[in-house]
Amino acid sequence: MDFIRKQAYLIDFTLSSLLRRKGKNLGLLLVYTLIVFLLASVMLFTHALRKEASIILQQSPEIIVQRLVAGRHALIPADYLEKIGQLRGVVSKRGRLWGYFYNPSVKANYTVMAPEHLELTTTEVVIGAGVARALGVGVGDYFTLRSDDGNTYSFQIKELLDEDSELVSSDLVLISEKAYRVITGIPEGQFTDIILSVRNPREVRKVAEKLTEKLPDIRPILREEILRTYDSIFSWRQGIVFVLLFGALMAFVIFAWDKASGLSAEEKREIGILKAVGWESGDVLRMKFWEGMIISLSAFMLGYLAAYLHVFYSSAVLFEPVLKGWATLYPQFRLTPFIDGLQLATLFFFTIFPYVVATIIPIWRASVTDPDAIMR
Amino acid sequence: MHKSALVLLFFIAGILLMVLTAVDAAVQQDSAMESLGRRTLLVKELGLSDIALFTEARYTRHPSLADRHAAFQDHPVSFDHFPSGSLYLPPRQLVQ
Repeated sequence: MDFIRKQAYLIDFTLSSLLRRKGKNLGLLLVYTLIVFLLASVMLFTHALRKEASIILQQSPEIIVQRLVAGRHALIPADYLEKIGQLRGVVSKRGRLWGYFYNPSVKANYTVMAPEHLELTTTEVVIGAGVARALGVGVGDYFTLRSDDGNTYSFQIKELLDEDSELVSSDLVLISEKAYRVITGIPEGQFTDIILSVRNPREVRKVAEKLTEKLPDIRPILREEILRTYDSIFSWRQGIVFVLLFGALMAFVIFAWDKASGLSAEEKREIGILKAVGWESGDVLRMKFWEGMIISLSAFMLGYLAAYLHVFYSSAVLFEPVLKGWATLYPQFRLTPFIDGLQLATLFFFTIFPYVVATIIPIWRASVTDPDAIMR
Repeated sequence: MHKSALVLLFFIAGILLMVLTAVDAAVQQDSAMESLGRRTLLVKELGLSDIALFTEARYTRHPSLADRHAAFQDHPVSFDHFPSGSLYLPPRQLVQ
């Protein structure tokens, strides 16, 4: 009981000491909170995005077969479907027609597809919510595409793709196969690529090997590779995310180092007086430990909570300009919160531990020296 | 009330709010299952392979289908000029 009461008094004293330097400590808390906020936002955003991509792309094609000409993606002739033949384990195979269309008036790139499962007439179109937003159109309105020979074709918007699915469908434009071939000039008997469905997931790699043996000019892309791509694409260790985190961490290390390398004259005097009135070195250390804990824990909690609200309740609005780049079509999506406990623990350790250590070490140095020497 | 008691209350409130974020995440995951299912169905029906986060260039819109020359698509030494190219690393199967 005595121990708890003693700690309570120490915390009381620490708080009074912190409040005496209100401006400085509030500034410190603000900077610290901002660093945690930035790191936690990146962490929560990338983890949730990765998780969401890994769930929804579980249903992407098991094998996509691309034809390569001089190392670049080329159209694949329909007779490749025959050439692929009856590979054991392949349940179905079909050619896909899809490509890109740049609309100079809104400076947007669409992904145009001719889906098999949708019954569309040659004058009907289904568009993604991002395209509808960029053009300011809705169901029943007209949508135009310019063909490769310069003619303009109008389509009536049959429906809009679900807003919920913007993360995968924001820029999609779905038209009939016939319309697609007229617009792009891709003749009958040619496809963009071929997708295969394999019954047993363990056979996928074997099927891919057989494919490359049979057709040396193709490149099979496996679903597991797509999933791995998305698993690593926003990884902590990769790309500009790392640069951003590294910059923030370095700033924090410099900040902690600066604090560790010297105490202000006022702080030294305070320690001297405390020791002169009978405080032990241990008490001074405990007081400074509480000071570090109060500031760092407050910053961690405030930063993390603000990051959670930012990422999951404001759709990571601060990241939008960075993620948007030069793209006109940007999906409006709300991520499902997925939190990784290990990442959170790592963030906790790397933001709290260096600060507490950086606060304790110089105090320990000052508290073991003679009070008279410190006060002079 | 002692200042230490206020600090204690502040930390308890903070910890409770952090626990609440985990509860909120679990609740939202449950309620998002339906919309996740719709998205998954669309991916299955259309045979989609990528998320539409960066629509500015072919290789950022469909990174998993990009070829080795993606960043140099216009010319052998024309470097990647789209900002989102710096946010992505190339697909793992290309750099392995």
